[in-house]
Amino acid sequence: MPTLTVDGKQIEFKQGETVIEAARNAGIDIPHFCWHPSLSISGNCRVCLVEIEKMPKLAISCSTYAAEGMVVYTQSEKTLQARNAVMEFILVNHPLDCPICDEAGECKLQEYAYAHGKGESRFEEIKNRKEKRVQLGPHIKFDAERCISCSLCIRFSDEIARKNQLTFIKRGDKVTITTFPGESFDNSYTLNTVDICPVGALTNQDFRFKSRVWEMSKTNSVCVGCSRGCNTEVWVRNNQILRLTPRHNKDVNNYWMCDNGRLNTFKTVNTSNRIDGAFIRKEGMLQKASLEKAVLFAAKSLKEFKSGEIAFIGSAYATCEDNYALVKFAKMLSVTNLAFANHIIPGDQDDILIREDKTPNSLGAELVGIKSGPGSLNLEGILKGIREGKIKALYVMEDDPASLSDEFEEALGKLDLLIVHDTNQNRSTTLADIVFPASTFAEKNGTFVNFQGRVQRILPSVATAEMDRALDGMEMSRWDKFGTEFDRWNQGHKYDAKPSWKILTMLSLQLGSKMKYEMAEEIFSEIANSIDAFKGLDYDKIGELGAQLKIKQTILK
Amino acid sequence: MPVQKRKKDLNIFGKLYIPEIVKGMALTLKSMFRPNVTLLYPEVRFDPPASYRGRPVLVQEPNGTGRCVACGLCARVCPALAIEVQAAETELEKERYPQKFEINMLRCIFCGFCEEVCPEEAIVMSKDYELVFANRNDAIYGKDKLLVPIDNLRARLEFLRKFK
Repeated sequence: MPTLTVDGKQIEFKQGETVIEAARNAGIDIPHFCWHPSLSISGNCRVCLVEIEKMPKLAISCSTYAAEGMVVYTQSEKTLQARNAVMEFILVNHPLDCPICDEAGECKLQEYAYAHGKGESRFEEIKNRKEKRVQLGPHIKFDAERCISCSLCIRFSDEIARKNQLTFIKRGDKVTITTFPGESFDNSYTLNTVDICPVGALTNQDFRFKSRVWEMSKTNSVCVGCSRGCNTEVWVRNNQILRLTPRHNKDVNNYWMCDNGRLNTFKTVNTSNRIDGAFIRKEGMLQKASLEKAVLFAAKSLKEFKSGEIAFIGSAYATCEDNYALVKFAKMLSVTNLAFANHIIPGDQDDILIREDKTPNSLGAELVGIKSGPGSLNLEGILKGIREGKIKALYVMEDDPASLSDEFEEALGKLDLLIVHDTNQNRSTTLADIVFPASTFAEKNGTFVNFQGRVQRILPSVATAEMDRALDGMEMSRWDKFGTEFDRWNQGHKYDAKPSWKILTMLSLQLGSKMKYEMAEEIFSEIANSIDAFKGLDYDKIGELGAQLKIKQTILK
Repeated sequence: MPVQKRKKDLNIFGKLYIPEIVKGMALTLKSMFRPNVTLLYPEVRFDPPASYRGRPVLVQEPNGTGRCVACGLCARVCPALAIEVQAAETELEKERYPQKFEINMLRCIFCGFCEEVCPEEAIVMSKDYELVFANRNDAIYGKDKLLVPIDNLRARLEFLRKFK
């Protein structure tokens, strides 16, 4: 491999890499605004200027190709002088908005100004005034004054979202960004521009002014919006999710995620229709009961049916662990009628990220055994069985069969016993005899298998009533660390919910079984020991970026 | 261990303490003719100087709006985590305002860091030192108690301009 020298350090590079890429791969960060590893090179911000031996002038490292024997200085006096000058130039028209700017705390301009700025301005003239609140598409507000014209958002929408919607207009210090005439900035990936914007010019309408970035904790997770399973970070303050951002994973979602996943998937966690505690139907009404009581009642009720009269519906929204626990529970009752519903919106798919399968774990549910075997009923069979009166008891985990079709809703009304675990109230829970409160994706440990057959972990970021941030090893913000029960900023509601596998474990103990799981990890190690596709895996091996399962390509859709 | 000797042993005169007692009595006698410094609180109240750090308050402009833009720096710098700010958007020129601004006076240690860090000179230390509450909830002051008209705070703002 060819090598070059950066700051006295010999580093290897691949032919065709630029200096900034080669340095970055070796852990040397050269300041940059307009460069992004996944976008084309623009070279307009000039902040990545470096001194290269035998070159007459400083060169921008983002568009200078690394060559054998090159000697680069990123911290030399000449380089620093140029960088300071560029910073001063960019700051000439940048407003002093940091106190009211959402980007503050994660702003590249702020960081570089701190490292390379003079601390005072030599500029005595009045700064340029531009429009500060431009609605750029449905999710983004644009502050033209803050923009440093790096063109990242323009290149993103052109090259990644493949919708040529944004452009520069005007010249010199009047230059600003707008949509083409008749266009709106409304593609499915617009909010990624907020992430890559090095300043606070593009702001997320949904998150705008909700919180300062340093007040939140962030936890690695996976988006549940579709079967892509984009890697995400969940930002939480006071036990409430305030935003999701994509996390880099080159095999799944690269640096991006879609607007739908970012904005809509976490709204079900902190909402008024969450199921908070267990419910039992008494005198035709669902009434709140303790979980223990509901478990006892459910166990007693299930015993009254023959195994052929019971059916289980698992879920592609639930984790592998939840589904595996359901399979085991069904086996214990000798029930073979086991199915889950697919939630596919045909055609709602592109070749960027979005998949038409709108569940995060349909492949995982199938792999751990939610499927009908020979002589047992599939989902349609279960529906038919209920209508014919053969199936009298139905156990639904984290899904809403009543919303699948009107026939299904009607059929659910005919059942003698309907037990539902769910996170939020829906048409099925209103028909249920017993409702168990399930934890959402943000409140539990577990794994999802995406459409590529890649198993990825989710971690709890929001605490439920049974959890404690410190004791359960969850990410903590400064507020979480020092808050007491008397602080209003630490009193975010904790829902009385449990992961489905935990409820199933409680239930199985009442029915005399050996399911004794304490942690999701134990279930996963059992999955790894008993199912070939998962062989040899554990939570550590899955890690932050997931692990590819050994499955035949034909299973992958 | 060697026996430590005092630098200077008191002589018999010193051991009687009489000169010291006389000195003390003289000081007392002198003070009797000095002006009185004790205030007969609560009939007479102390008017602190502008440098005094009483409870932190929010400056209210003459038109009724607050200066605060809810940047949250006071909450970040507060060593006792007494301050909670929730920002929201407004149509006014400043874009942001605190929808909620609460100071827990049980946590506040009157250090004045919030005043020092404020980019808008919106939170200042007042002269108010009489803080009484009967329970924890009353000790959390909201915007209703915190917003103080600018005219009552001129002395402090003047002090900050001179010495900050």
